[in-house]
Parts: sequence; C-alpha cells; structure tokens
Amino acid sequence: MLNKVTALDQTFQALSDSTRRTILAELTRGPRSVSKLARPLAMSLPAVMQHLAVLEESGLVRSEKIGRVRTCRIEPKALSVAEQWINQRRLEWERHFDRLGEYLKTVEK
Amino acid sequence: MAAASRGPGVQASRSIVHAMFCLERSYPAPRSHVFKALTDPAAKAKWFTGGEGYTELARHMDARPGGREHVRGRKGTGVVSTFDAIYHDVVRDERIVYSYEMHLDDRKISVSLATFELKTAGSGTRLVMTEQGAFLDGYDDAGSRERGSNFLLDALGKFLQQ
Repeated sequence: MLNKVTALDQTFQALSDSTRRTILAELTRGPRSVSKLARPLAMSLPAVMQHLAVLEESGLVRSEKIGRVRTCRIEPKALSVAEQWINQRRLEWERHFDRLGEYLKTVEK
Repeated sequence: MAAASRGPGVQASRSIVHAMFCLERSYPAPRSHVFKALTDPAAKAKWFTGGEGYTELARHMDARPGGREHVRGRKGTGVVSTFDAIYHDVVRDERIVYSYEMHLDDRKISVSLATFELKTAGSGTRLVMTEQGAFLDGYDDAGSRERGSNFLLDALGKFLQQ
C-alpha cells in the first residue's frame, strides 16, 4: 500500500508540469523517439531528457534504446492509479451533465 | 498529494489525495432553466441519477443555504453509492456552492467542495462546475475498478485538456 501511495505522489508530480503533459499528450498518439518528442519543444535536448526521466520514474512512460534511437511509449498501467482518483469523479460529472443536457431539451421554453 | 497514516492502531492504508477539476458545458437553455434543474427536487431527479443499471434507494433535497441533499442508490455492480451534500450558497440563476461526501457501501471515499456558476452565453447558458476534493483510501475498492482500463487514454486526454 505504501508503495502505491508513493507511486501516486510520483504520478501527480509528473503530471504537474505542462511540458511533461505535452509530452504525454504526444505519446498518447503512439510511441515516439526522444528527438521527435523534443523537436516541437522550446528547450534543449538535455532538458527534455530530464522531463522524460521524471516521467519514467513515475512509471507513466517507458523507453527503450534500439541502436542509437531511444523510443518512448506511454505506460497505461501506472497512469490508472491517478486516473481512478481524479478522472473517475470527473467522468461521473460528465455523465451527469450529459443527462442534464438531455433533460433541458425536454423543458419547455 | 499527501498520504498519511493515522498513528498506532490504525491501518497504514489510510491515504488522502487532493484533486481539483473543472467542467464546462454550454446548454441551449436559459439560465433559469439550468438553475431550476440544479435546485428543484423533481427536476434534479430527472438527470442526477446513476444511469444504466442504477436503482434509486433514497432521495431528498433542500437547496437552500444550510439545507441538505441525500441521494442513495445501488449501481449495476451491486455497490451502493451515497451522496450527501450541504448547501452553502445559492444565488438564483447565478451560483450554487455545496460541499458533499460520497460513500461506496460503508466506505467514505471523498469529501469535496463543488461550485456551479451559470453564465449567459448567447441565448443559452454556460455552466462551469469546479470540484476540489479530498479523496480517501479510494483506489483500492471495487467502486474504483468499475471502469475498465479502456477508458484510460480518453480520461488522460480530458485531463490534459484542462
């Protein structure tokens, strides 16, 4: 349990930075090489590597080096810990508000 | 994001996660309709439900400052969810503030502050809901696992859009 809590803290810390969220958003589209991830970001490659290290440590991202190319991919399992906390409630509200919209259509103007 | 155990004799599994999120919707309905849907017991019962497989067990509300709301129902999975709110601020057609706690069966899973702002948007209404929550010991229970991991990337996408 303690391990889980620590993992959760790391997950939230990893998500607290906008650059890292940008990287994650890109990785939800598929695996990317480090250089491709770095290209649109306005920062040095070492700075990008540092962000990737935080993401890897949190378990949100995995990377492997094949030849000279390091490829990153998202690790959905670790993400689910945070997802359960924030997004479950959020999604419940999304559904409520969908139903609210349907209900409002039935109310006479 | 702090996790704490509560001293000797208490399970080390106690934890708190603080989270905040904001949802925004636009509806082609006047603010008065949206306000009524949020505060009138009969109107709210039409949409504030658990959806498919949900059986309502109890419901009452009094959306005035100091008033309470209680909604309890059994989900399709058999888990009983209970919503208990206290209204703090209710400004007609403009704003609602309440705090609420959620239980899954006998477990308290969260205590939250929720605010609803109603703004005119063209001929319709923009509804902004913000929740600040303390989520308690929740990630180990059956309720949290109701959603499959297929949801994961969608959920991340929504989170990232914040």
